[in-house]
Amino acid sequence: MIAFVVLVLGRFRRRPRLDSKARIVPPGVPDRRAENIVLLLFVCATLCAAAVIVVYAWDAIPNQTQFLGLALGLSFAFLSAACIVIGRRLVVTEELEEDYGTTHPEEEETLDQLAAEGGDRFTRKRLLVVAGAGAGTVLGAALLTPVASLGPVLDVSSLYRTPWRRGVRLVDEAGRVFLADDVEEDTFYTAYPEHADREQMGAPLVVVRFKPAELRLPEDRGTWAPDGIVAYSKICTHAGCAIALYRKPTFAPVEPKPALICPCHYSTFDATNGGEVLFGPAGRPLPQLPLAIDGSGELRAAGNFSGAVGPSWWGVRNHGPRS
Amino acid sequence: MRRALTLIALALVCAPAAAADPPSPGVTHVKVPAGTPPVAWGAQLFGANCVTCHGPNGQGILTPVRGVGDQTGLGPSLVGVGARAADFYLRTGYMPLDDPHSQPRRSRVLFSQRELAALVAYVASLGPGPRVPSPQPERGSLADGQESFTEHCAGCHQIAAEGGYVTNAVAPSLDQASPVEIAEAVRTGPYLMPRFSEKQISNAELDSVIRYVTYAKHPDDRGGWALGHLGPVPEGLVTWFIGIVLLVATCAVIGRRFHA
Repeated sequence: MIAFVVLVLGRFRRRPRLDSKARIVPPGVPDRRAENIVLLLFVCATLCAAAVIVVYAWDAIPNQTQFLGLALGLSFAFLSAACIVIGRRLVVTEELEEDYGTTHPEEEETLDQLAAEGGDRFTRKRLLVVAGAGAGTVLGAALLTPVASLGPVLDVSSLYRTPWRRGVRLVDEAGRVFLADDVEEDTFYTAYPEHADREQMGAPLVVVRFKPAELRLPEDRGTWAPDGIVAYSKICTHAGCAIALYRKPTFAPVEPKPALICPCHYSTFDATNGGEVLFGPAGRPLPQLPLAIDGSGELRAAGNFSGAVGPSWWGVRNHGPRS
Repeated sequence: MRRALTLIALALVCAPAAAADPPSPGVTHVKVPAGTPPVAWGAQLFGANCVTCHGPNGQGILTPVRGVGDQTGLGPSLVGVGARAADFYLRTGYMPLDDPHSQPRRSRVLFSQRELAALVAYVASLGPGPRVPSPQPERGSLADGQESFTEHCAGCHQIAAEGGYVTNAVAPSLDQASPVEIAEAVRTGPYLMPRFSEKQISNAELDSVIRYVTYAKHPDDRGGWALGHLGPVPEGLVTWFIGIVLLVATCAVIGRRFHA
């Protein structure tokens, strides 16, 4: 389509310029070959920029990131190569020394004339301009493509949905059900909802066990931590990284208190106190999931999270999460 | 000439042994008659070096106490920690610690090997506790080890085991950790590190992890230029510097000044 537009627009002939004045710049010899090279480079830049959009949109490509970088880099390289060829082979150049502060209409006219005559070697100026503009436009569109990944534009209700509801069992990476007795103190576990898509933002949990006396949960969460086992969303409320760090004091009187830490920007959440932010850029506490232990000692969710999961968006505090 | 060379060679061979063996003055050494059982010797060493913070009989001091030489005593109980934790903290030089409020770091071991064994035996005698593990990393699989390390350890220690940070503390580099120390640390969870039980990391898996950590001390750097294994930020910075030089060079080549 782009090639077609370029060709159609390129068919209009340029009107011959009326030469009334004496030339300043010696007339340049038109260079068809250089023009063809420039056109080819512009087309290549356009194609590479279009490839960026295609690669970005098509998830199935292996090594997607590398191809994205390659296509974007090549597009810029072709564009700059085109500029280099224009500068070195097509624009007629003439160096003139000019004093500052003398603005006379005649001199301005001379300058205009200089600029106009500098383009003498171009025989298909409009075609070249259109090809260059095409490359620039497609490259600009390629750079804007990632905006599509920013998330739902107006309807954010899907962001509140999580796979957790009362009775869902906690399973580990291998799909084994978590028994309350298997959860030990001084360490941390990653858990997922049974029979649910683990890639959802609301799926992964980080599970930690304390002595019940060590917990200082908000009052309305009295029953949320059976036998001192607490569960939080594993997704940091700042930028959505996985909470992969857990620090636990060996000797509490002199050491920092137990905390869940996000490795991306070191947001630090108090694991004993409902996921409150102790340090770092996160603006909201880590959402806590109420737990229950059933008759056979298995860990189950006792409801949904205390707040919306994941990095923040507009109105994030307005609704509770939904199952 | 030859004699001088022999002397230098001898000095080089002896220097590490000399540095490691004769106990130096940072700790108090206790002379005991030959034939003293290690536990009894350990008890005396404990009384001379550890009791200010860990209390009599290793029962711990939970509220700060002014001790000998204006030192504040404060420290956990050692009853039941076993030989495993004692061996780890002493062999890495984590203990003795100057200030109970600071993070223990790897430092020069000031006790002799026999003194270490005596202290470990004494701490183990305080109560039933785990023994020093004997991992067999040669039985482990490097690939499985990298996977386990990525899952459990790399969050803090980084994938190349170069160490990193958690809020308020440093996750140490593992380039000096011996296989036994790694096994001890995984099971004990020193300082702020979580403790991993056999349910989380089985002994076989631990062997693999140790094999990976040992490999990561001298990894096979395919790119050839490791940049300290510090990860993508320094790599990006170096690329940027190379790139900017190339860009300036390109500008010079296509510019007119070059041809003037």
